[in-house]
Amino acid sequence: MWKNLMDWIEYRLPIMRVANMHAIQYPAPRNMNFWYMFGFLATIVLVNQIVTGIWLTMSYNPTAEGAFASVEYIMRDVDYGWMLRYMHSTGASAFFIVVYLHMFRGMIYGSYQKPRELLWLFGMFIYLALMAEAFMGYVLPWGQMSYWGAQVIVSLFSAIPVIGPDLVIWIQGDYVISGATLNRFFALHVIALPLVIVILVFLHIVALHEVGSNNPDGTDVKRKKGSLSEEEKTKFVIHEYYTSKYDIVDDIVPFFPHIVLKDLVGFAFFLLAFCYVMFFNPGMGGYFLEHPNFEIANNLKTPEHIFPVWYFTPFYAILKAVPDKLGGVIAMFAAIIALALLPWIDRGKVKSWRYRCGLHRWNLIVFAGVFIFLGYLGGTPQENWKITASQILTIMYFGFFALLFIYSKNEKCLPVPARITE
Amino acid sequence: MSDVSLDAHDSSGTENQPQNNSRRRFLTVATSVVGGVGVVGVSVPFIGSWNPSIKAKAAGADVEADISKIEPGQLIRVIWRSKPVWIARRTPELLASLANDEDKLKDPNSEQEQQPEFAKNRYRSLKEEYLVLVGICTHLGCSPQHLKDGAFEQYVEGVPEGFFCPCHGSKFDMAGRVFQNVPAPLNLVVPPYMFLDDNTILIGSEEGAA
Repeated sequence: MWKNLMDWIEYRLPIMRVANMHAIQYPAPRNMNFWYMFGFLATIVLVNQIVTGIWLTMSYNPTAEGAFASVEYIMRDVDYGWMLRYMHSTGASAFFIVVYLHMFRGMIYGSYQKPRELLWLFGMFIYLALMAEAFMGYVLPWGQMSYWGAQVIVSLFSAIPVIGPDLVIWIQGDYVISGATLNRFFALHVIALPLVIVILVFLHIVALHEVGSNNPDGTDVKRKKGSLSEEEKTKFVIHEYYTSKYDIVDDIVPFFPHIVLKDLVGFAFFLLAFCYVMFFNPGMGGYFLEHPNFEIANNLKTPEHIFPVWYFTPFYAILKAVPDKLGGVIAMFAAIIALALLPWIDRGKVKSWRYRCGLHRWNLIVFAGVFIFLGYLGGTPQENWKITASQILTIMYFGFFALLFIYSKNEKCLPVPARITE
Repeated sequence: MSDVSLDAHDSSGTENQPQNNSRRRFLTVATSVVGGVGVVGVSVPFIGSWNPSIKAKAAGADVEADISKIEPGQLIRVIWRSKPVWIARRTPELLASLANDEDKLKDPNSEQEQQPEFAKNRYRSLKEEYLVLVGICTHLGCSPQHLKDGAFEQYVEGVPEGFFCPCHGSKFDMAGRVFQNVPAPLNLVVPPYMFLDDNTILIGSEEGAA
C-alpha cells in the first residue's frame, strides 16, 4: 500500500531520484574535515533567517514613523518577539561568520580552481547579495546607526561621475534617506533579495554536484571511465548519474548519512555558540547590535562615530584608507572583485595548500590576518595611526593577489598523492 | 512524437513546405526587436516609481527663515529638503580672519561648483555677514559640528572656529571651505538662497533663476 503510493508519486515527481542523486548516493570524499561543515551551517542559517524573518514581518511596521516603535513592540509586547528578533540578528552575524570561514576553506584547499570556477563565482554572487540583504536589513529598525549607516553607504554612489547625485536621489526616492527609502529597502529585504539568494544557493549546489566536491588533499575522486579495477572502485552504491560518466575511487562515502552526521556534530557546537550569543549576549559588546541603534533615527544629529556592522568593516577600512572619494569606492569594490577573480589570478595547478609552496601557505595566513586587522581598523574610532595602518594593510590585501599571481605560475609544489592519504 | 524537431534545417516531413530562411530570420529579428521594445517600455514604470514622489517633491520645496533674531557669532539650523541648513551670522573679526589660513585649504577660491555663482567669493555668501550652508559633510554625508570660541584649535592650529565632522575627521572653516589632508573632497555646499527682505531668507531659490 505504502509502496504503491510512493511509486505513484515517484512516477509523477522524481523525489527519490533527486534524493539519491544529491544525497543518498552522492559521492563525497571521505577526508572532508571540519572546514567542510560551513556550507551546511550556512544553509541552516539561511533557513533560520527566512523563518524568523517571516515572523518578524508580522509585527514590524515599515514606516519612518512606526519602524523604531514596532521593533520596541516586538521586543517588549509580542510573546517571544525578543527571541525571534535575537534569532534573526544573531543569525545575521552568524551567517557572515560561517560564510567567511566557508570562503577561507575554499581558498586554502583551492576549491575555486578548475573545474570549480563557476561554483566559486556563484558563491561570490551569494556573498554580494548577502551583503546587500544585510545592509538593507540593518536599516529597518530605523535607529541612529541604521539611518547614518544608510547615509554613508548610499552616498557612495554619489562618487560616480556625472550620474552620481541623481542616482542617489533615485535610490533614496527622496532628497535624503527617508521613509520612502525605508519602504523600498523593506521590500528588497523581505522579498527580492531572499528570492535571489535562494535561487543562487540552488545554482551553487547544482554546480557543486555537477563538478563534485573538492577535499583537503585536492585529489580527484572521479577517474576516467574504465581506468579503475573493481578493487579500486568504491563499494558504496553511487548514483548512476556519476558512475555512468566516471569510475569513482574507493575514497568516498555517500553524502547521506555519513557527511550529514558529521555536519550535525558541527551543528551542535554551532548551536551552543549561537544560543550563548542569542540568550546571554545578543549585542556582543556593540559588535552584533551597535549601541547608537538603540536611539531612534535623527537626521539632524550624527552619531559621534559611524561604523558599519563588523562584517563590513574590513571593506570600510579600505574605503577610508584611500584619500580620494571615488578612489576609495573603487578600491572597496576592487577588494571584492579580486576575490571573485581568484580562479584566474591563481595560475597554479595544485589545489590544496598542503602540497603548495611555503610562500603560499604564509600568503594565505597573512591574508587572513590582514582581513581581520582591517576589520578592527574599520570598526573602531578614527585615530591618526589607523589611517596609515589601514593604508599599509590595504596594500597588503591586494598584495596577496599580486603575489599569488606571480608565484603560482612556476610554483614548486609537493607531489599530490594519487589517493586520499588519511 | 519522435518526428517532431525544433531544428529549422531538419527537412524530414517538411518537403512540401519549402523553407524561407530569410523570411524566418526577419521574423525572428522583428519579434526580438518588438519584444525588446516591450521590455524597455514595461521597465519604465518600475524604474520611474523609484523617483521622489510628488509628496516628497512638495516636501522639498523652498523654506523661509527669519534671521532677525540671530546674534553676531550665533548659528541657527533650519530644515530644507530634510537636510540641516546652517545660517551663521559672522562677526567682522571672523570675516577678517578668513583670509589668514587660506594656504591650509583645498579650494580657497571655491573653484569647484559647490555653490551658486553669487557665492563664489572668499566669504561664500551673498551678504558677507550671513553664511548659509548645507550642514552635510561632502565626504559621506554626516553633519559636522560647529566648534567655536577656540574649540576648533585642537584640530587646526590658529583657527578658533570652524566645522568638524565627527565621522571621519573632515574640517571646514567658517566659510565652509575644506581643509587639506582630510577625507572630504569638497567645500560644504551653499544652497541656492535669496533675501526676501532684511529679515528673511528664502532657501531653495536664487534671484533671477526660475
